[in-house]
Amino acid sequence: MARRGPLVGEFFMNGDIACAEGGISAGCRFFAGYPITPATEVAERMAARLPEVGGTFIQMEDELGSMAAILGASWAGVKSMTSTSGPGFSLMMENLGLGIMLETPCVVANIQRAGPSTGLPTLTGQGDMMQARWGSHGPYSIIALCPSSPQECYYLTIKAFNLSEQYRLPVLVMADEIVGHMSEKVVIPPPEDIPLTPRRQPTTPPGEYVPFQPDEDLVPPMANAGDGYRFHVTGLTHDERGYPVMTAAAQDKLVRRLIDKIEVNKADIIEIEEDGTEDADVIVCSYGISARVSQYAVELARGEGIKVGMLRLITVWPFPEERIRQLARQTKTFIVPEINSGQIVLEVERCAGGKAETLLLPHMGGSAHRPETILEAIRSAVK
Amino acid sequence: MHRDEIVIGGLGGQGIVLAGYIMGKAAALFDKKNSTHTQDYGPEARGGACRTQVVISDDPISYPYIDNPSVLAVMSQGAYNTYSPTMRPDTMLLIDEDMVKPEKSKDTRIFTIPATRIAQELGRAAVANIVMLGFITAVSQVVSRDAMKQAVLESVPKGTEELNTKAFDRGYAHGLEQLTPSEGKGK
Amino acid sequence: MNDDGSEQTQEMDQYLREDRMPHIWCPGCGIGSVLHCFLSALVKTDIDADKVCVVSGIGCTGRAAGYVHLDSFHTTHGRAIPFATGLKLANPELQVVVFSGDGDLVAIGGNHLIHAARRNIDMTIICVNNFNYGMTGGQLGPTTPLDARTATSPSGNYERPFNIPYLAAASGATYVARWTSMHVRRLEQTINEALLKRGFKFIEVIAPCPTVYGRMNRQPTGMDQMRYYQENSVIQHGADPKDVDIDLNGKIIVGKFIDIDLPTYSDLQLRVEQKAFGPEESKGEAVKKKAATAASKSK
Repeated sequence: MARRGPLVGEFFMNGDIACAEGGISAGCRFFAGYPITPATEVAERMAARLPEVGGTFIQMEDELGSMAAILGASWAGVKSMTSTSGPGFSLMMENLGLGIMLETPCVVANIQRAGPSTGLPTLTGQGDMMQARWGSHGPYSIIALCPSSPQECYYLTIKAFNLSEQYRLPVLVMADEIVGHMSEKVVIPPPEDIPLTPRRQPTTPPGEYVPFQPDEDLVPPMANAGDGYRFHVTGLTHDERGYPVMTAAAQDKLVRRLIDKIEVNKADIIEIEEDGTEDADVIVCSYGISARVSQYAVELARGEGIKVGMLRLITVWPFPEERIRQLARQTKTFIVPEINSGQIVLEVERCAGGKAETLLLPHMGGSAHRPETILEAIRSAVK
Repeated sequence: MHRDEIVIGGLGGQGIVLAGYIMGKAAALFDKKNSTHTQDYGPEARGGACRTQVVISDDPISYPYIDNPSVLAVMSQGAYNTYSPTMRPDTMLLIDEDMVKPEKSKDTRIFTIPATRIAQELGRAAVANIVMLGFITAVSQVVSRDAMKQAVLESVPKGTEELNTKAFDRGYAHGLEQLTPSEGKGK
Repeated sequence: MNDDGSEQTQEMDQYLREDRMPHIWCPGCGIGSVLHCFLSALVKTDIDADKVCVVSGIGCTGRAAGYVHLDSFHTTHGRAIPFATGLKLANPELQVVVFSGDGDLVAIGGNHLIHAARRNIDMTIICVNNFNYGMTGGQLGPTTPLDARTATSPSGNYERPFNIPYLAAASGATYVARWTSMHVRRLEQTINEALLKRGFKFIEVIAPCPTVYGRMNRQPTGMDQMRYYQENSVIQHGADPKDVDIDLNGKIIVGKFIDIDLPTYSDLQLRVEQKAFGPEESKGEAVKKKAATAASKSK
């Protein structure tokens, strides 16, 4: 067997595998995970590929351990990721919070299935979108990206790594079972054509390094363990030295910065895709697999002469609220198909602020929407 | 928006999902079209009804699923019973004739092949899916023969290339025999 | 390195974050002495302190990471070991020490403990066992002896406790020892030996918690508990770990129970990789680095 480096060329692969290859291309060299349908293929691919590129794969005893291990690996200076689905994602919430608090770059891919609980392990869902936003306790901000195709699983995993290094936090790739298991052409560019964000290393010598003193963009540089900085980090509320401070003032200062470093950099983080939204009477706003079904319905509706736009959320968190506020002044109705009982629709509704009507098309999971369901909603909206 | 919509059905363990994957790969990488391959699967690794879907189009594919296939290939009676009601009047039905007894229908054109028997003759029943792929290629013409052969070779285990090439060629030849002279021309 | 106490104390001081003093531990608590033993053991090795990582979970002992002037991580409850696993496997040059309590490592983190031991991940675990959850006010823990009173066993504990050395040994730890916080010199020696050995090394240290556990069990001062240790500790090196249970106010068998050499997780991983990719391919830079690190650890 020969060692292969990062792949280059055109491949026919499913979203799970593309997600793993995105990690490899992004420089991920540590993966800790636990088998879970429908995310197992990400781990299997990493088990095969990481040794080929000099990385380390470990199958942990559970998802609590997986999440903790990738944080540890990241502090050792190695880009790290894990993958999971609903039940495992729930277990990861604990150390996701630690990752937020320790400002630890890493990537978590959640190939969503239908819940609650064990639910439909082999069938799709999008029910973890609010959990992605609020699932760990306490106030914080997060970045979550939603791929709609294997190609995007690849690309968004790289983007997730770049954002995680740029803003020092765990970044979530919120795929779903259909996207994870569908195979399509995936183009992998040569490494020199893939821009990677390096870790922001301290520029000060060890004696002067203040671990949580932020740069202008509110993000502090990060020293690697073993480099002589002798830093301390804690999940407790801490000051810029990283030392615990048990006061409301310290909490305010720290948590505000953890949130603001995302909020003030939103323009850099948010990626959305629009098609015919400018003069649309109705806009279908969706993400992941639901966005593809929506796109199909939108094309059918246009065939009937309806002025309908498509807004696809690639970044779901932070939420693209500015754009939705603008669009709410131009359009009459937002239709939000999602494979849950109504999560992202709440955000759309909040941003629409009564200026446009918001209509949820829920689906409890197990399959995608029927295109006719969305088409019918579009027709009714313009009646 | 021309879409070819191919559904292959059978039992878990017959290599149905791999067959769909190979077809999707052939279309995407070697015929340079758009293709999307999806699968239905349950918790059982063997047995159980199993279906794979391949959408092939010159345009980008948004909706990845197939409600009414243009080509339906089935390798088990269960799959036939489950998926034949989704056929439209012009659906091409391809069956493994030893595994499936179809209902008489004057609308649908049925193409038959003893795929499993041919595979057994070649020495391994496991290549029945590749025999079927050769057959689908010849009959449906949704992917080119060269693309499909290349995709087969890239997707099967090392050391089985010769066997799988034979399997593909047998299925393909059997398919050509079933076409009218005008249909088979130039392919 | 030297036997001059004052010089050693000075050397140790540079491993303490003096700007974090005073610490939170109660008078009579044993954790400080255990931390002292760890640092004095570290001083006596030639391990580059810049490469030492101390990882703690949550609880009184979990605060230890905050007081050492080393790369140190105060993580979540129970997850010190998997966090440390990530550190160690991502950079095998690091010398990883997990310093945490019995509740953290054996109850909420019990699953990680047994699996890290099974994998023989190269790390040193210092587990301070004070028989209860001190920080939250003295509730029963996985090690609380039968009949002991705690905040959640007000009439006496009716849960059978874990015998931690037995658990660690049965799970595959290649080095298992137990001391009390009274045995400072022996503990220091043991930690020193463990730091210089490769594999999953587990050291349990019985330590007083006068404020809650002691108060509820008729040993209300640190001195009472130390006296109990002195009168009841029995040194039995090589004792079978299954025989080292601790009963309420009973004998405490201490010593080094297990010291064997087995390939570590990384050794076995390297072996498989070399087999898979062949000797030619195994000359890859990453593999070389791993091998070099593995070699330098066998001091």
